[in-house]
This record gives sequence, C-alpha cells and structure tokens, in this order.
Amino acid sequence: MSRSTLLRHLVVTVACGVLLFGLTYALDPFRDYQLATAAAYLCATAGLTLLAGQSGQLSLGQGALMAVGGYTVALVQNQFGAHNVTTQWALLGSLVAAICVASVAGAVIGVAAARLRGPYLAGLTLVVAVAVPSIGTLWHSLLHGDQGLSVYLLPAPASLGETFPLERWQAWLAVIAALLTMLALGNLSSGRFGRTMRAVRDDEIAAKLAGINVAGTQVTAFVVSAACAGLGGGMLAVLAQSVSPGAYAFTLSLNLLLAVVVGGLGSLTGAVWGSVLLVLLPWLADDLTNSLIHSPAAQQRLAGNLSLAIFGLLLVIVMIAAPGGIQGLLNRAGRRVRGRRERVAAYRAEPSAPDAQPHAPAASRTSIPNP
Amino acid sequence: MDRFVFLTVYGLSRGAIYAAFALALVLIFRATRVVNFAQGVLAVVSAYLAYSVSGATGSYWLGFGAALVSGLVLGAVVERVVMRRVEHAPPLNAVIVALGLVLLTQGILGMIYGNQYRAFPAPFSTVAMTVHGVPLMTRYDLFVFGTVLVLMLALAVLFTRTATGLRMRAAAFAPQVSRLLGVNVGRMLTLGWALAALVGAVAGMLIIPTGLGLHPTAMDLVFVSSFTAAVVGGLDSPIGAVVGGLVVGLVLSYVGGYLNSASTPLAVLALLVVVLLARPGGLFSASTARRV
Amino acid sequence: MYHIVRRGVSVLTAMVVVGAVAACSGSSGTSGASVPGVTSTEIIVGTHTPLTGPAAAGYSKISAATKAYFDYVNSKGGVNGRKITFKIMDDGYNPATTQQVVRQLVLQDKVFAILSGLGTPTHTGVLDFLNTNKVPDLFVASGSLSWNQPKKYPYTFGYNPDYTIEGKIFANYIKANLAGKKVCTFGQNDDFGADGLKGVQAVLGASGVTHSETYDVTNTNVGPAIGALKAAGCQVTIAFTVPGFSALALGAAAQLGFRTQWMVSNVGADYATLGGLLKDATGPLLEGVLSTAYLPAPMDTSNPWVSLFMKLNQQYNNNTAFDGNVEYGFAVGYLFVQALKAAGKDLTRQGIVDAVEKNGFSGPGLSALRFSATDHSGFGGLQMGKVQDGKQLVFGPLYTTDDGSGPVTETSSTQPAPPEDGIPS
Repeated sequence: MSRSTLLRHLVVTVACGVLLFGLTYALDPFRDYQLATAAAYLCATAGLTLLAGQSGQLSLGQGALMAVGGYTVALVQNQFGAHNVTTQWALLGSLVAAICVASVAGAVIGVAAARLRGPYLAGLTLVVAVAVPSIGTLWHSLLHGDQGLSVYLLPAPASLGETFPLERWQAWLAVIAALLTMLALGNLSSGRFGRTMRAVRDDEIAAKLAGINVAGTQVTAFVVSAACAGLGGGMLAVLAQSVSPGAYAFTLSLNLLLAVVVGGLGSLTGAVWGSVLLVLLPWLADDLTNSLIHSPAAQQRLAGNLSLAIFGLLLVIVMIAAPGGIQGLLNRAGRRVRGRRERVAAYRAEPSAPDAQPHAPAASRTSIPNP
Repeated sequence: MDRFVFLTVYGLSRGAIYAAFALALVLIFRATRVVNFAQGVLAVVSAYLAYSVSGATGSYWLGFGAALVSGLVLGAVVERVVMRRVEHAPPLNAVIVALGLVLLTQGILGMIYGNQYRAFPAPFSTVAMTVHGVPLMTRYDLFVFGTVLVLMLALAVLFTRTATGLRMRAAAFAPQVSRLLGVNVGRMLTLGWALAALVGAVAGMLIIPTGLGLHPTAMDLVFVSSFTAAVVGGLDSPIGAVVGGLVVGLVLSYVGGYLNSASTPLAVLALLVVVLLARPGGLFSASTARRV
Repeated sequence: MYHIVRRGVSVLTAMVVVGAVAACSGSSGTSGASVPGVTSTEIIVGTHTPLTGPAAAGYSKISAATKAYFDYVNSKGGVNGRKITFKIMDDGYNPATTQQVVRQLVLQDKVFAILSGLGTPTHTGVLDFLNTNKVPDLFVASGSLSWNQPKKYPYTFGYNPDYTIEGKIFANYIKANLAGKKVCTFGQNDDFGADGLKGVQAVLGASGVTHSETYDVTNTNVGPAIGALKAAGCQVTIAFTVPGFSALALGAAAQLGFRTQWMVSNVGADYATLGGLLKDATGPLLEGVLSTAYLPAPMDTSNPWVSLFMKLNQQYNNNTAFDGNVEYGFAVGYLFVQALKAAGKDLTRQGIVDAVEKNGFSGPGLSALRFSATDHSGFGGLQMGKVQDGKQLVFGPLYTTDDGSGPVTETSSTQPAPPEDGIPS
C-alpha cells in the first residue's frame, strides 16, 4: 500500500470523525445511543465482512466472540471498580484486554476452521455461537448465569459539564472504536494482506502455487475479525453497562451476518449500511406498526409480530432485488450516473463523434449494459 | 443400568427425529448447495395446519395427512416463488433470504395463532412400558422409530429404484448434462424442495409433542441440533444424516442425564470439533481432507 | 487510488446519511412540563415485556391486562384528572433489546416511570440506566433479590415475593406435614432455581435436600434430569420452574412412572396456564400438586377481587381467557393507581417513590407488601395452594419470613374487600 493511500484513509477517517462529532451534538440522547449501538455493531460487522467477503470464510459465531469481548470488559472494568480506579483511561485497558482475549479465542477457532470449508465451517461456528453463552451458566460463580454481570462505568468526564448526557459520551467512545476499526481494516484490505486474502478466496491452489501460506492467511483473517468482534462486544457492554448470555445469543450472530450481506458482502461501506439497518430497521418497523394500527384489539394481536414480519419481508425483498446488497445497488447507480456524465463529457469534447448519441431517447440509454 | 437403558432409548428416540430433519437439510443441500435455514419454520407451518385440521375434525391422522400435503406444497411454493430468484446469486444470499422467511413466517404465525404454546397431542401413549420393572420405551417412541424408518426406506427406494429419483440425483449432480439429456432440472429442484419440506414436516410432527408444544419458534433448537447432525454425518450423505442424528441425540441424552443440561451445548461442540478435526467433511464424506 | 478515495467518500456519505435519517426521524418532544411524562391531563408510563419469541407465551397477557385496567380507570376520569397512557414495548426477552426499548421509553417517549418491567436477565441490565436517570422503576415482574437494594438502586421496587422465602415456606410445610421423606429440587439454572434452593436449605439444612437437578430454558429435553430424580428416590420434589417446564417435568415424570409429591413454585403453577399446555392430561397430572400463592387463586370465583377482575377482563380486555397472568396484570395496575393516588395531585418522580416507601397499600394481595425506606422487596408472605378435584385453591394460614435465617411465622391473610367501583380511593 502506498503512503498516499494511508494518508487518504487517515483524512477520510478524521473527516468522518469531525462530522460525527458534530452530529452527536445535533442528536438527542436516544439518537446518540442508537448511533453508539450502530458504531459498536460496525466494529463486529466490519471484521465479519473482511472474514466472509474477502477471505471467503463464513462464520456464524461472531456473536460468541463479541460475548468474549463483552465479558472481558465486564470483568476487567469491575476489577477497576473494586479498586476505585477513577481514570477514564482504564476503559482503554479493558477494551484492549477484550481485543486480546477475543483474538486468542478467534485463533483457536481459526486453526480448527482452516481445515473446513463453507457449510462445515458454518456448522462449527453455529455450534460455537450456541455453546459459548452457556459457559455463563456453567461458570456461575464468576459469570452469574443468565442474569449476567453489570459493568462498572464512570460517568462522562466532569470537564464536559454537569448536564452532558452519558449517551453522547458513549457515542463518542463507540464512534472512535468504529473509526479506528474501519481505518485499520481499510488499510489491511487495500494492502498486501488484502490481496493475499482475496487470492486465497478465489483459488486456493493458485494461491499456494504463488507461494502464499493459505492456512496462515485464513487463520490471520479469523484472528483479525475476532479482534474486531471483541472490540464491538466490549463496546456493547460499555453501552449497556451489563452483559448477559441472552444479549449475545445466537440471534446476534445471525443478525451480524444479515447485516454484512444486506449491506453488501466484502465491502466495508456495506458493513456501515448493515450496522445502521440493524439498529434502525426493528425500530422503524415498530414505529410503522404503531402508526398503522389503532384498534387495541388488533394491536394486541399484531404487537411485535407485525414488525417481525416486516423485518423479514424486507430482507427477502432486498436480497432478491439487490443481490449485491445495498452497496452493490449504490455502486450500480453510481456507475450509471458516472457513465452518463462521461458520455455527455465526451459529446461536448467531440460533438461529431459517432459513438455519442445525443439524440437517442432516454430509454435506449438505459439499455446500454453496465460495465 | 436402568438409567443407561433409559437414557439410550430416550436419546435414540430424539436422535431419530433429528436424523429425519437432518435428512431434509441434506436433500436440499445436495440439490442446491444451500443449507435451508427456513426448514424449521416450514415444518412449523405444517404443524400449525395439522393443529387446525385436527382441531376442526377431531382426528389426529387427518391433521397428520394435512401436514404431509402442506409440506409438499409449501416446499414447492417456496422454491418456485422465492428461492429460485436467488439461485444464481452468491450462496449466502439464499441463506439470508431463508432467514428473512423465518422472521416473516414467525411474525405471521404469531399474528394468526398468538405467541402462546399450543398443546400438541401425541397420537400414542407417552407412558413408558416396563420390562421387568425397568421403564423401557413408550408407545410413542415406537411410533417415532417406525415413522422415521418408513420415511428413510421410502426415500431410499425413490432415489435408487425410480426414474424420477434418478432424474433428481442427476439434476443435482450434473445439471448441465441432465439438461442436455432432456431432464427438466428446474422441476426436479422444485420436487426436491417439496420432498425435503415433507420430510421436515414429518420430523416436526414427531418432535413437537415431546417439547413445550406448538409455537412459532418451536423448531429453532431442533434446527440447530439437526444442522449439527448433518454436519457430523456429512452434508452430502443421507446415511450420514441418519448416523449424525442418532449420535447427537445420544450425546444430548447422556450429557443431560449424567452431567447437567447446561453442559449439553458444550458437549455438542466437543463432538463436532472431534469429528471435523478427524474428517473435515463429516463422517461419511467422500474425501477425507481438504484438497489444497 | 481513485477507487480508494471513492470508497472513503462513500463511507463518509453513509455515515452522514445515517445521522441525517436519525436526526430527521427524531421527535424529541420536550413538552415543557417540569416532570417527564406528566401533564395536567396525562401520565405516560412504559414497560418492557416479551410479546414475541418463546418467552412471550403467557407473559404477554400481563401487560395487556394492566393496560385494560388503566383503560377502565381512564373511562372513569383517570387519576386526579390525568389519563394513564401505557406504552408496552416488546423486548423478546432479549436483554440487548431491553436496553434499546427502555432507552426509547425514557429518553424519547419521556415516560414518567417504568412499570412492571418483566424478567430477571432483561431487567437487570437496565437497573443502572434507570437509577442514574432517576426514573421510578416500579414493581418489577420477577422474584429476584436484585430489586431490593434501596441504597444502590433507590428508584427500583420489586413486586413478586422472592424465591428464597418461597423455598423456606415450602420447606416449612415439608417439616410439618411430610417429615422424613426424601426431598429433592428441580430448578431453573439461574437465580430462580438457586435462590429457591437456598431457601429450602435454610430450613431443612444442606443435607435435607437429597438431590437437586437443574434445567436450561433453551433445552426442552428434561427427560434425563427427571430420570435422575427418580433414580435418587425422591419422594417430595420442589420445582422452581416456569410454566412450560413445570408441564414438561410433570409429563416426563408420568412417562417414567416416577411418583413423587410435587411442589411447584407459584411462578409455574397456575392451573389455567398449565391446562393450556397439558390439555387432556391436566386433571390427572396436576391432582394433588402443592404450590404457593400471593394473589387469590384465579379459579376462586367466590373471591370478590377475582370476580372484579374477571368482570373488567370481560369489558376491557377482549374477554381473554382468565388465568394467573391476567390476574397479575390487573393487580399490578391496581397497585400503580394506588401509588399514584398516594403521591397526590402534584405528581413528581420523587413523590411516587416516597409514596411507595410510605406503603400502607392493601388490595388483592394475600399478604402485605414489604415496602419501606429500607426495604424495596414486594410481597413478603405466601399461602399454600393445592389442586383438589381439578380445582386449585389456597388453604391454611399465611406464612411470612425473610430471605435470611429468620423463622417462618404464621399469620392470617389481610385481604380487604375491593372498593365498589374497583378503583382505589
């Protein structure tokens, strides 16, 4: 990767950061919390899109790795709490611990996974996703079973003012974590490691012939995505100020997968769309339900169920209408707009050019196949 | 010894049902290379129809028949209307569409039937018959074993002895060649989905009376156990599905009985890791190791 | 290169659009009133409860009944001229979703209080949030001991009697009536089962329990565990189970020919709820089963509270099948209206907390509520219940105790007659 790419990534990250920083002031605390939740999900989905989309390994167990991160943060933070640590930097320590422990867990799964393909890997990781939360129950003395642990969290720094909402502070933390994750993964995937991963995904034998360590690449991808999931899970614990097996259940793993595929598999921007949908869709579906139905009898029957159905229907429609996910759809639209602009530019530069057809009806223009 | 016998029979009886359900997953995987995450919810829909028919007619068997027919129809409809549209998309898209169908269907069932558990009666006594004072198995267990056995024999005959079965296998393994030879591959796919949904519906009818009852999410955990079973056995192998189902059933029963119920998911994980480390394609895979 | 810039720009647009969507859809209506959720004509309260998913079975009827009671009160002019709006949010019994919906209720909908939030794992996660925001967190629908921490969580109050006193009261009954029998427990492997077992052992001693088995709510294969209880020769089995697993346990025991005296926690012993699960087998399986109760038996139509709630259920709750859940929902609604009235016309969050701590409530409950400045736990007493000839009724004295090593004492029930119009004065 060239130096200027790194620079550009940095510039984009900082720009996003500034914008989002301003945004947190424009939003009310609940929106800030939603933004924070989406950012926490983004840490995990960005890692998953790298793993599934670029290294070609499907994992249904990211939720379990998030649980590892979340419980690590809870245990470390509560130790800080017990020893009256009052510096905000302590949280950084907990999150680094979460990343490390999740990476180790990811390495263990990754080593087993490197021997497996497609649905077999999916099966193994699915069972991991179901089994890991049950450790909370088995190790009751430390992890407190279904009830889980509450997470010691300092209030927002006093220097921000008395009335500064905790949710905005949480949004800052989560957004910083998400931006750092995106920056790291963006660099990773546009660099040498990204090319190696994609080579392994596309043709293992060719990659091996080219001297690539196939298993090593796959395990590394797993560890990287596990680290991201650990950070995301740790951030969720910070947001919720609690962890419990139910919060990291198998549905979380499915939701993450759903987010990366609907967003656009393999694309980091797609992961952004997916994470946002995870937060906004259930809430929008719920809002829609409430505005549609007024009779109390129908409400009792439809409450919850209608939003579930709408959520499901949307998934089916998006996947059928836009197989490349939202990012695929946007790319297509972007290419179309750009294509038209380039054709118009070509016409202006050289009006007599035979391939420019200024008088062609609009319909035929859209029939030009996309590149 | 009594306990061992009891836990074994109990595990085999549950395992037989997981086996049937895993078989449904394998049928679709062989045909389309897709793990059908909507298999469980299709079975639940059939069971709800059976519930309504049984309730209206008072006959369990009419309900059972309705479940079989609705399984066939549902499988075909889902393949034709929905899954065909993602056939040429990346395989993960089919998984997400199936998950979308799960949520959609669970929402609709919740609206129609409500989210309470409905008592779903077993057609035979569930009181254990004792042999020399040892409770051995219930009549219902016998019914389960019999039904699953009949189902498997019927599928074996279909795929090895009939022209339709051969066409289905050909369409699954070599769609291009089959097409050249005049096989309607699309129709075979539809038929495969219909059959799988029928098998899934039977499994649902068998397992729901043993659980909390009928509920939109009644098959969620059965799906997890059965998918595990199919992976243990090898997703391409019908025999593997049967063996995998029985093994998973036994592991769940022994661990639940001798240790505790919270340990069962970890025990299943351990089983899967051991099997897949030895044979990455499942017990009955054709090749033993990943080709690199 | 260009490609990467483009990607960066699209990430940027993605994030900004998200923010914009969030900002536009925001309706942060600060009503200008000094107390959130309270105007001169309205009080908004909210709850979180499972309406979808496996846990919704039964529980979804509670919030509907509470809402029906408020509808009735509103039709009579509300409380101090204010109508009660009850916002019910579905959390699917998923603690992560609870986080979202409770913040939505408090930060966006600006509810005055959270009422009867349901579930131990779900509600545990929002305790810190509710208390730092000083939101009254009234009558949590769970018997966990966590709700009674007035120093740490001054705004949180329990409702159900905790599982430890229930365990003690069961054990006390065994000591008096079933002495010498082998006692076992079958419990959910969380604080429900653990606290219950602790209570039993507080009275019978650690060696007084021959064998204990647990189940996991995500695993319906209870056969192996029930088989283990049979193998241990249990003569009395205390079940700390939710209704679905009570039904599974009783069914599995019958299958194995395991004859034991079942004692089932009030959480999972409601006859009508179990009847819906067991259908034809209900009568024979439940006959003789012992349980406890802190509200009158729903089948006891001679009880004036039951007949009041049944009447309101018919008029305001679509005549839903009347069971323990519906009764519970009405009883919580009644208590909340009592608390509102006690807090007076100038309703504030601190005001209602003070009113609840002042206590003095009496209503459908069989025992008194324990609320005080130093105690935030709910009902402190239970009566034994028994199924006889297909009818589940309470019998004997009211037992009260603490969740420590205090003795179990007998008193008599203090239930008054309901007011004429069904609305507390």
